[in-house]
Amino acid sequence: MTKAASGPILAAAIALLVALDRLLGMPVLAPLYALLQTVMAPVDWIATALGTATEGLGGWRWLLWIALLVGVGFGFRRLGQIVTSNRPFFRDMTAGVAVGYVLAAAAILWVLLNYSRAFSSHGGMPDTYFFFRLVLHGLVAAFVAATLFKLLGSWVGTAGSRKLFRQMPGTAAFGILIILCYAVAAIFAGLIAPHGQAAIFPKANIIPLVPEAMGGSPDFPLGTDQIGRDILSRLIYGAQNTVGIAFVTTMLAFALGVTGGFLAATLRGWVDQALSRLVDVLMAIPALIFSLLLITAASSLFDGSSLTVAMIVIIAVIDSTRVFRLSRAVGMNIVVMDYFEAAKLRGEGMFYLIFREILPNATAPLLAEFGLRFCFVFLTIAALSFLGLGIQPPLADWGTMVKDLGQFVNYAAFLPQYAMLPLLPAGAIALLTVAVNFVVDWMLQRSSGLKE
Amino acid sequence: MASVLKIILQRLALGLLTLLVVSMVIFGAVNLLPGDFAQAILGQGATQEAVEAIRDEIGLNDPFFKRYFDWLGALATGDLGVSYAQMMFATGMGGTTELIPITTQIAPRFYNTMFLAGLTALIAVPVSLLIGVLAALYRGSVFDRVANIFTLSSISSPEFFLAYILILFLAVQGQMLPSLAAVEVGMPLGARIYNSLLPALTLTLVVTAHMMRMTRAAIINLLASPYIEMARLKGVRPMRVIVKHALPNALAPIINVIALNLAYLITGVVVVEVVFTYPGIGNLFVDAVQNRDIPVVQVCCLIFAAAYILLNLTADILSIVTNPRLRHPK
Repeated sequence: MTKAASGPILAAAIALLVALDRLLGMPVLAPLYALLQTVMAPVDWIATALGTATEGLGGWRWLLWIALLVGVGFGFRRLGQIVTSNRPFFRDMTAGVAVGYVLAAAAILWVLLNYSRAFSSHGGMPDTYFFFRLVLHGLVAAFVAATLFKLLGSWVGTAGSRKLFRQMPGTAAFGILIILCYAVAAIFAGLIAPHGQAAIFPKANIIPLVPEAMGGSPDFPLGTDQIGRDILSRLIYGAQNTVGIAFVTTMLAFALGVTGGFLAATLRGWVDQALSRLVDVLMAIPALIFSLLLITAASSLFDGSSLTVAMIVIIAVIDSTRVFRLSRAVGMNIVVMDYFEAAKLRGEGMFYLIFREILPNATAPLLAEFGLRFCFVFLTIAALSFLGLGIQPPLADWGTMVKDLGQFVNYAAFLPQYAMLPLLPAGAIALLTVAVNFVVDWMLQRSSGLKE
Repeated sequence: MASVLKIILQRLALGLLTLLVVSMVIFGAVNLLPGDFAQAILGQGATQEAVEAIRDEIGLNDPFFKRYFDWLGALATGDLGVSYAQMMFATGMGGTTELIPITTQIAPRFYNTMFLAGLTALIAVPVSLLIGVLAALYRGSVFDRVANIFTLSSISSPEFFLAYILILFLAVQGQMLPSLAAVEVGMPLGARIYNSLLPALTLTLVVTAHMMRMTRAAIINLLASPYIEMARLKGVRPMRVIVKHALPNALAPIINVIALNLAYLITGVVVVEVVFTYPGIGNLFVDAVQNRDIPVVQVCCLIFAAAYILLNLTADILSIVTNPRLRHPK
């Protein structure tokens, strides 16, 4: 088995096992868990014994743990030197690297130990490993999905797209997959969502992910909020509203900024000076602060959905200053080219010059900037909504949902399913920005040919 | 040295001019719009005379530029005015209570915010330098790749997501730190740090990622230079090559990034203060925005803008001072 193939094989094996277990009802996972528990039993015993032995030290216990790790690190290097009779790998190993290996081994052991503990029965006690399982399953699912998606992409499609998929790193494949999922959720929200985004049901505060006997409900898999709205539906509609509005805002910011930047680059002179100085002043105020200020001013004129429109315009104008800077710089490099001079001498109009001569030659940097700008706008809108000043109800929106569900985080000690609620919309925001950033990172690295 | 002084003075003057223009923009943005406090305080059913009386009293009837220069003049003498909320309260009490000026309201909050930002910088700068140097040293390794994914994720996450995750694990499940940052005047330093550690850690997560990536990039940029090659060939240890030979030359861009990130803290602080109900300027600002308390909004906005301009200015000056090539532009 080559090193390159181990990732896909592992991913396929995990996907196969989970599919057999969950979809076909064959109990293949339970023996694996039992095996893990048997293997980890001695580690569990040692860890528990160490824990009780050092109980008296209280808060200073972690110093002892660090000392232990460092000691084991030095011992590991010495042992390696003795066993391999001073192979260069162990002979030249610095202390930092040795401790690093031990640290990594300890981290893996810690994860396995907690995972083995997470499936022992907790008999009515609150499920302390809920979040641990959630994070670990999430990471494994992300790895499996990204790997299989990359595999699929390198088999299906045109020769060009197949080559692209083969060369792309796993993080970029993950990013593309997530962006596709969000796009589907946003476009078909009305079809996917089981309920309406503003529909209020008589039963509020239904607990997510638990059977009916414990206060859950099969109609509302993720429960309902304080006034009885289905959280799953609101999350799906949130993709439409939050992502859609952020997308429209970014488009508007680009239309404004690119036009202004290219105009300044083409015309030079006083137009350039005036626009640049205006942008300088607008950029001297932090973006979030400035948009809060302008929204205060706008809120005395508008309310409800027209305030949302006002917010779109305000954020687009503030963000267009950053786009202006970039497109002016890119445009400046293009207007000195011969083909541009030729078009000018042909007597082409300003519209033709900007959109037919400059724009096609500036798409690569603008596209990467579009991804980053989108993330920035998306996060700004989420922050504004979180502060209660962004997207207005009754539209479902992730920032507002985090604000509304925020208090549930305090239930984590005895009802972790509740505490998960504010993290769902917040995580949805983070996941999309991470995905876009992964893709932009890959695009930038490809275009600059950075290999390091 | 005289030329450096001249450059610094030039930049300071430019910064002051920017601040002046910014103050005009801030004042203009909220004062040129129709609908005002007088109408808001009295409600829809107010008589025209009552509205006019209040407008006269707080000077809303004066021409725009007179109002702007009055405001600016008062600012210059340290008088930030009185918040509408205070005025409303005083009116409700029949004008018997003492009006508390914004200066007294803001001073302790300003100190709190500065404390939070300082605490964050104190944690974030050494940590990000350390991780950045390590990632440059072991570039391409598992550690580097994990650090890359981790930092990219924490840059792209909204502040409140990081805040809730920290609350969940450190405050609710771990029971180690308080989830509400109850900071008061006259608290002992230890308790103050303990209470504001969770917001500081959240901000640290946000800024560390960026600073660490820039440190790594700045050092790796230098590793291709001949003098590093020389040091390596004469048998200097890899860690020493980076710390002794590469780091001093990479310091200029790193200092620049640190200053810019502290400027970024200014906006990050708003959301984080709201999540943890930390009594700082960001919290006051959001409250004022929600209540449309124009005088407070203006002052807070100006403070944020001034801090932002000052930090950008510092980044600019430091990069000129540390890089002699910029001191003699062609």
